[in-house]
Amino acid sequence: MKYMRGFITMGEDNLKIAVLSGKGGTGKTLLSVNLAASAGECTYVDCDVEEPNGHLYFKPKELEKEKITIKIPHVDLEACNGCRECVNFCKFNALAYTNKLLIFEEICHSCGGCVLLCPEKALSEKEKPIGGLEKGKWENVTVLTGILNMGEASGVPIIERLLDLSKSMEGLCFIDCPPGSSCVVMESVRDADYCILVAEPTLFGVHNFEMVYDLVRLFDKPHGAVLNKCMKGENPAEKFCIDKGIKILGRIPFHHELGRLNSEAKIVAQEKKVFGDMFSLLLKTVLGEVCHEAAVNSQR
Amino acid sequence: MKIAIPVEERASAGSVCQSFGRAPFFLIHDTETDSNIYIDNSAASAQGGAGIKAAQVIVDEGVDALITPRCGQNAAEVIIGAKIKIYGVLDDSINENIHAFKEGRLPHLNEIHAGFHNHGRG
Repeated sequence: MKYMRGFITMGEDNLKIAVLSGKGGTGKTLLSVNLAASAGECTYVDCDVEEPNGHLYFKPKELEKEKITIKIPHVDLEACNGCRECVNFCKFNALAYTNKLLIFEEICHSCGGCVLLCPEKALSEKEKPIGGLEKGKWENVTVLTGILNMGEASGVPIIERLLDLSKSMEGLCFIDCPPGSSCVVMESVRDADYCILVAEPTLFGVHNFEMVYDLVRLFDKPHGAVLNKCMKGENPAEKFCIDKGIKILGRIPFHHELGRLNSEAKIVAQEKKVFGDMFSLLLKTVLGEVCHEAAVNSQR
Repeated sequence: MKIAIPVEERASAGSVCQSFGRAPFFLIHDTETDSNIYIDNSAASAQGGAGIKAAQVIVDEGVDALITPRCGQNAAEVIIGAKIKIYGVLDDSINENIHAFKEGRLPHLNEIHAGFHNHGRG
């Protein structure tokens, strides 16, 4: 869709748009997959590394895989004299000393401090696999998927690598964030130029929406809301947006056919023209907002 | 023989703390002199790895046994690594448990829980 280029007046060809919601099941993946599918040449990044689902819609081809490892300390017990410099240093308490040094790999945050400090050079770094990423193609969309191995503590290193990789991609970049508002979400939105907050009309949804709303404000990110699963009657998410003055970018109806197609892992924007038009319009609104925000920010 | 117990306050009339890693104090009881000392648990306010750090505190005190209602996997690895025996409790009375320990009535702590780390999406 070449006409979209016209909206990006700031010369930003690599705009990053993060989609987040707080509560799971609100529609982050529905929105980011369909926006990406409507945007022509672009990148879709699945940062929900604990349960990446975007690839189920895109079924990407020409898959390239990469393993992700983190560095954790390894002790040479012969060289360790039990001085405990490392134990006292570690703020995460990943080390203990009994009659030998014990290392708790799952507590370690890979800061590398213990290795630097060890006066006996008894500690070295070893690679520990924590997951991987997959890069593939669906039409003009580059699909990047992060996968965290079961039982691993943090997906942050995988998200770092995903976003690093996405920097070299042409066109828009849609970041499908993990649910919640913890470290992995912060990492996912850190470099985003704009954040789309997806809301559903439930009290649970609004509660968690408020948490990500606080998060994007903390990071000073331009943002707007998409109201998903809209029904007749009162919408507590809409009320929240109006009360807080959050720009409502669009509304997705609680629609039987949309729900069915989506649950069959079909890209709804591709399946029916009415949905395709809806997401194209939404994309247009989002890009208009991004440019508006960029223009406002450049005047600050 | 020295035994350690996680406690809520610095008084043997008080109660055993239900948490090991997050206990505010440890009572160190010497069975030979029948004396009690209390030490601060520097792990009580740790961001993470409290069990490991608390276990280190106990190990450094050179105790022979630990009496605790619960103990996590990581803490147990440190404690057992230091050849300290872990016993469960009968009730939450400190004196009662010390008494039972001396009479050999305390059970070994069989259940080592998997820890409470990284629940939710830390």
